Amino acid sequence: MSADSSTSKETVNPTVDGSELIRFDKVTKRFGSHVVLDELDFSVASGKHVTLIGPSGSGKTTILRLLMTLMKPEEGTIKVGGEYLTHETKNGKLVPASEKYTREVRKNIGMVFQQFNLFPNMKVLRNITEAPVQVLGLSKDEAEQRARELLELVGLTEHIDKYPSQLSGGQQQRVAIARALAMRPQVLLLDEVTSALDPELVAGVLDVLRDIAHTTDITMLCVTHEMNFARDISDQVLMFDSGRVIEAGTPEKIFTEPEHERTREFLSAVL
Amino acid sequence: MNWDWSNVEDFMPHFWDGLLVTLQALAWGTLIAFSLGLLWAIAQRSDQVWIRWPVTAITEFIRNTPLLVQLFFLFTVVPEFGPTMSPLTTGIVGLGLHYSTYTAEVYRAGIEGVPVGQWEAATALSLPKRRTWTAIILPQAIRRVIPALGNYVVSMLKDSPQIAAIGALDMLGEAKGFTQATFTYEAISIVGIAFIVIAYPASVLLRVLERRLVR
Repeated sequence: MSADSSTSKETVNPTVDGSELIRFDKVTKRFGSHVVLDELDFSVASGKHVTLIGPSGSGKTTILRLLMTLMKPEEGTIKVGGEYLTHETKNGKLVPASEKYTREVRKNIGMVFQQFNLFPNMKVLRNITEAPVQVLGLSKDEAEQRARELLELVGLTEHIDKYPSQLSGGQQQRVAIARALAMRPQVLLLDEVTSALDPELVAGVLDVLRDIAHTTDITMLCVTHEMNFARDISDQVLMFDSGRVIEAGTPEKIFTEPEHERTREFLSAVL
Repeated sequence: MNWDWSNVEDFMPHFWDGLLVTLQALAWGTLIAFSLGLLWAIAQRSDQVWIRWPVTAITEFIRNTPLLVQLFFLFTVVPEFGPTMSPLTTGIVGLGLHYSTYTAEVYRAGIEGVPVGQWEAATALSLPKRRTWTAIILPQAIRRVIPALGNYVVSMLKDSPQIAAIGALDMLGEAKGFTQATFTYEAISIVGIAFIVIAYPASVLLRVLERRLVR
């Protein structure tokens, strides 16, 4: 194991090219004395589908939550589309971002949660139209039109007037996907979106996501334990361990000939 | 002792006066307690210390001192530097203020009962703070605390006779005056029954609401 710890100090930097959409620069996240992310550098190119894998506690979900501004990093900066997410420049100096500024940059990012988090007091339609109307300023008609199209995409048109509690977990998750897409985000974050579902409902949700991955140019960051799904949709797989990217590559490479010992151990445990 | 209907007849005009005072105190008091309590609960979740701290201090203070003391304070001390209010208005303000500190706790529990995922989903959709409160958090929080809020209406009804101490004669205050003047017991009996007649349907209504709203 000593060989592992020495190699895991080298951070693999996967996609450095002109069209990068997301950049983490020396991001450190701690919970008390526990370091979740340790000076993490990584970037994602626009339009790519990137899957984060690794043992639990390795910091994958933390990355998504930082991007969604559900938590703040202790150190380092995050950029989305060339704009700082956590900071803003004032008089040439980098200062912590105001709520208003953050909200503006955050509009480009959507997220689907493990527990769906639909609004139980709103019907399916209103769950999807609420933010486009309130945040993007769409008219009610435009927003409803968009919602209908998305419900068709996720195959739930007939449930438009139901409350979330009247739907199965899989259906709720598909509504949540539609809700996130209604904001037309550049980036879609998927946080273990099938982990809370009964096994027979997983396929329906993954089919919808495959469809979206193959037919849109939306950038996806995906934390999942569904390795077949990851292989299907990913352009790139990042293997995390102890808050660092220890290996990165195409799904073919990572799943068939991983270089790193930790990756091999992890894959043999989950596959 | 024999029940004397002529005493009842003599008392009834006073009873109606008292009932009107009781119902006014209850209705306005409830309105104040429900709206002010919500304000306290939201203020206590502010990220500004200078809002959070004073509100917590004031509500703790009011909740932990007797209503009767507060009524006397509002009636005798406040006019020295502030507005002079009629006994009934003072009673309404006193009841409303006192009970708002209890309803604040109820709202607080309701707000904390909304899963953190709801806040996170609102953030993920970039919904503004105010909209998150009004469209997502409060509708869910209030729905589950309506039965608990209702209990305080019944409590307030039972505390309402205290406003007689500052001269707002509610139905019990009227009965007390009548009884002391005539040495009869019919008036006080009628008022006792009146409390049940108001409170019991309210309790039943609350139980129905509880079954319908808390699922």
